Amino acid sequence: MSSATADRVLAPIGTAGKLFAFGLDVGRSLFKRPFQTREFLQQAWFIASVTIVPTALVAIPFGAVIALQVGGLIKQFGAQSFTGSASVLAVVREAGPIATSLLIAGAGGSAIAADMGARKIREELDAMMVLGIDPIQRLVVPRVLACMLVAVFLNGLVSVVGVMGGYFFNVVLQDGTPGAYLASFTALAQLPDLYQGMAKALVFGLIAGIVAAYKGMNAAGGPKGVGDAVNESVVITFMLLFVVNFVMSAIYFQLVPPKTG
Amino acid sequence: MGVEIQIEHLTKSFGKSLIWKDVTLTIPAGEISVMLGPSGTGKSVLLKTIIGLLKPNEGKVIIEGVDIASCPEKELYEIRKLFGVLFQDGAMFGSMNLYDNVAFPLREHTRKSESEIRNIVMEKMDLVGLLGAEDKLPGEISGGMRKRAGLARGLVLDPEILLFDEPDSGLDPVRTSFLNQLIVDLNAQIDATFLIVTHDINTARTVPDNIGLLYHKHLAMFGPREMLLSSEEPVVRQFLNAQRVGPIGMSEEKDADELEAEKDQDLPPLPPIPLQQDPSSGIPRRSQRPAGEWCRVNGVTPPPGSFAEGMSMAPGA
Repeated sequence: MSSATADRVLAPIGTAGKLFAFGLDVGRSLFKRPFQTREFLQQAWFIASVTIVPTALVAIPFGAVIALQVGGLIKQFGAQSFTGSASVLAVVREAGPIATSLLIAGAGGSAIAADMGARKIREELDAMMVLGIDPIQRLVVPRVLACMLVAVFLNGLVSVVGVMGGYFFNVVLQDGTPGAYLASFTALAQLPDLYQGMAKALVFGLIAGIVAAYKGMNAAGGPKGVGDAVNESVVITFMLLFVVNFVMSAIYFQLVPPKTG
Repeated sequence: MGVEIQIEHLTKSFGKSLIWKDVTLTIPAGEISVMLGPSGTGKSVLLKTIIGLLKPNEGKVIIEGVDIASCPEKELYEIRKLFGVLFQDGAMFGSMNLYDNVAFPLREHTRKSESEIRNIVMEKMDLVGLLGAEDKLPGEISGGMRKRAGLARGLVLDPEILLFDEPDSGLDPVRTSFLNQLIVDLNAQIDATFLIVTHDINTARTVPDNIGLLYHKHLAMFGPREMLLSSEEPVVRQFLNAQRVGPIGMSEEKDADELEAEKDQDLPPLPPIPLQQDPSSGIPRRSQRPAGEWCRVNGVTPPPGSFAEGMSMAPGA
């Protein structure tokens, strides 16, 4: 009986280990030739097409909310001229990667998990292995790379759209001055902020792609299993991405000193 | 010319539930073998173990001197090129049309030009009677067509071993018998080793050269067709003649009470052994043995009426 309890307690560790091993397999297959360029492009296009519009639509209110919060706060300090700078900082450093992670996990990852899960239960993956083709190299690697590429671009998209949303909100609705908003852009924000946002997006894309593919490829028990796999993959990816986001932010603040006006 | 599959002391379990234990048999090169068994006895698991999709807990599967169960991944992918597999639902790639599906292994594994590929694909499509359906997606065609398309894809790399996972499940009797004829004709043409997993009795009685029976977590018997069809062994006899009297119950085994109650019941006499299905060309296959030869050589008297021309295939019909 005690061993059953131990099994249950240790099960998540086993799953985490298998996920990690799967990640290593993907890493190893990355260098196997021939590289599946066609599949990669198709997947990148597909993931971009399911994420671009929702990302833009999420980014606008994100920028606006930040402008609203920061605008009110900064007014109390009497530092209205820094509104632009604060909102750029918030959007580029945090909102960009977070919105990207939500969309890449929710829209891209779920699509990948559903696709791989359907292939798994229709025995397509078995058939592929029997035809002497490694599904990790043929299907998973291009998807993970596509996820990473699209995540980086999405991060850029969120930054641009978010800053524009913040500008619109601040200037049009909060009676801020365009000049002050634009002029203070670089007062607090700096170039490394942009790099760390891109690095985060790259890692988020990697994690979302690997978790989704792993969950999809291990779907079991018919159509319901595919639904479960999609659900689990989104939940696991969210949790992982928020933790990783925190860790990467903490490391970033240690490495790059904040700019002093 | 076909390759022999040597299976030695194979044991497989999922967690605590044992699937089968100590399965040892040799599937002879170039012959058609059928693996039978009640539902849920791990016939498909056996098939997947033979191709290395599942790892056995113990034992070996030796093909051309390589042990599938323990060889490194790279070698496994090489040896799999000898295989053609027909999955239960055909396992076609849903995103490609039938032509691309059948061409897929050629494009991945060979450097053939598109026109060469076209010739091969069209030849195989013709063989399985799917000419004209190349542009259809797997979702748009019937289950029987998907199975035949899966067979065409399994054939393009000229396999030495062909495995069929329930080729007759979900097909009507007419299509089943067409598919069986196709299997027999194919064997006559390419001389590959065939292993069919099924629980269709008609198929098992008329198509193969050899029959195996998985029952109660072990291999009950494996041998020439006539040996099993004339066998008095209760399990073999019950299953091959689709009877209720015998050791197999509704759920796996019957309990002692039920067996006791049946003790005095007379087993119905063995039905006559039907003739083996001939290739449609009429020329016997290379691995085909003359009807009744095994019985003669081993001094077994076949049930009366065996090997008669035009005998009804369905037992009891």
